[in-house]
Amino acid sequence: MMGTLSKSVILCAVVALGACTNPNSLGQGGGAGAGSGVSAIEPGSASDPTSPAYFQQTIGDRVLFLVDQSTLTDEGRAVLAAQAGWLNTNSDYVAIIEGHADEQGTREYNLALGARRSNAVREYLVSQGVAGNRLKTLSYGKERPIEICSAEACYSQNRRAVTIISAGLSS
Amino acid sequence: MKKLIATLLFGLSGIFATADVAMAQNGPLRIEITDGVIEPLPFAVPNFVAETSGAGQLAQDIARVVAADLSGTGLFREIPKEAFISNITNFASPVQFADWKAINAQALISGAVTVEGGGNVSVKFRVYDVFSGQELGNGLRFRGTQDGWRRMAHKVADAVYSRITGETGYFDSRVVYVSETGPKNERKKRLAIMDYDGANLKFLTDSNNIVLAPRFSPTGDRVLYTSYETGFPRVFVLDVGSVTRRVLEDQSGTMSFAPRFSPDGQDVVFSITEGGNSDIYRMNIGSGRRTRLTSAPSIETAPSFSPDGSKIVFESDRSGSQQLYVMDANGGQATRISFGQGRYGTPVWSPRGDLIAFTKQSKGRFHIGVMRVDGSEERLLTASFLDEGPTWAPNGRVIMFTRETQGANGSSSLYSVDVSGRNLKPVRTQGGGSDPSWSPLQQ
Repeated sequence: MMGTLSKSVILCAVVALGACTNPNSLGQGGGAGAGSGVSAIEPGSASDPTSPAYFQQTIGDRVLFLVDQSTLTDEGRAVLAAQAGWLNTNSDYVAIIEGHADEQGTREYNLALGARRSNAVREYLVSQGVAGNRLKTLSYGKERPIEICSAEACYSQNRRAVTIISAGLSS
Repeated sequence: MKKLIATLLFGLSGIFATADVAMAQNGPLRIEITDGVIEPLPFAVPNFVAETSGAGQLAQDIARVVAADLSGTGLFREIPKEAFISNITNFASPVQFADWKAINAQALISGAVTVEGGGNVSVKFRVYDVFSGQELGNGLRFRGTQDGWRRMAHKVADAVYSRITGETGYFDSRVVYVSETGPKNERKKRLAIMDYDGANLKFLTDSNNIVLAPRFSPTGDRVLYTSYETGFPRVFVLDVGSVTRRVLEDQSGTMSFAPRFSPDGQDVVFSITEGGNSDIYRMNIGSGRRTRLTSAPSIETAPSFSPDGSKIVFESDRSGSQQLYVMDANGGQATRISFGQGRYGTPVWSPRGDLIAFTKQSKGRFHIGVMRVDGSEERLLTASFLDEGPTWAPNGRVIMFTRETQGANGSSSLYSVDVSGRNLKPVRTQGGGSDPSWSPLQQ
């Protein structure tokens, strides 16, 4: 989670340097009204549909998995279809898909399980027309929980694959 | 279990047999550690004799480390100084056995320390079987640098342990592990190395990147581990002496993890994940030549060599759940060996070759267990919210592992347990710790 946030903040600074320093544009045209008026949209902010922040907050950057599963749920597929749509529109961006597991499992197995999850997301995005060379995968196993309780309420949030957008095609 | 109590033999020799030893059995002072002991053997370690001026503190410290090593096994019980009737002030003088017999010290360890020129120290010691009034083995002397005094103490303790149990000791050894600080969702991890008892801690990496599961080479000179230093999980090899590291496997689009050395230290087995599928590979460290050992759509990971290098035990979920398998060290057909209820992972072949330690997950609990190499005679040694990742002491008698506590404030620490399941206790570390790997005995 920390990594996700810090990356999008950096991106905002790079992509929309001018806008980020302009306090007048803050707080306008947020959320649902994103498309309502050009002047109200701060480029790079969550209200800019072409921004990674919009991808993260409005499209949804993550899908969740059942215990010990890497099969996508219907809900997950819907999110990924939207992610693919965004990636196909905003073709300058690339993504790293992080796979995660909850703490109920051994370290090595959870690394492998997280890799299955990130790969399931990647394959779905590719099936929706996103070029494979724009998508890298990575597993954190159980090393980076976002919720820290030892109960299903937290575990269900930790069994996730997160698509992290960054600028430019890299080798 | 019951049998071993009977094998806790107290020494006597026929010639010196007296009323109080007549009830003991024949044979030398001896603990047979077949399955642990219930009644620890009482021993006394008076302060070692300082034979040169300035050796006083060392003489005391070394005796304390020897006593702590022996007591820490759970096989021995130290008789406190306060109970002593006499003391040993001259290493060469005859031992007053009656004084030690009276306080029921069955083993007595005397020693002396000399500080020599050039920062060197020598330590000599003798072990006595008090009830037979005889020395157990011969006096022995170790010489080394003053800085290395703890190692000399561990060597003395190893020799004592070995003479009484007939087994090799494990005190002059080190542990490499992952030092942990910070809350669960922002945990900082770095590689650390320490003596088996927690002394002489040293960090091998900083905490900027996640590091996982370090594994000692068969001689303890190198460590394999997984790091996110490149942005992706990759196997690294680190030279312990120079603390220099290099990435071993850096193929784009893949990740590599779960490495272990072959018994000759030339090869590494580990997992590579490609397209979401993890399989086991073997690589020669010198040439970088790589062989694929498994080819299945399931998760194959956590490989560990048998000590003779001929077999590899690993975990796979090819049956639908995590289980243990044994295959030839060059791959091929694998035989499943775990059949109990639950999931099995992180198998580690014992250095004696007789057992495989593993993590078992069953009914929401985690266990460290051992089984014979054909999967028979499974025994669970621990149970908790989360125990995992066993590593063997060099003599195959003790297992160290990670225990993580439950809840939002949960943290990891190192524990050890006798292979009998007795003597479960935390290992002293600075802050949290996980993924221990026990070195071989130092040379």
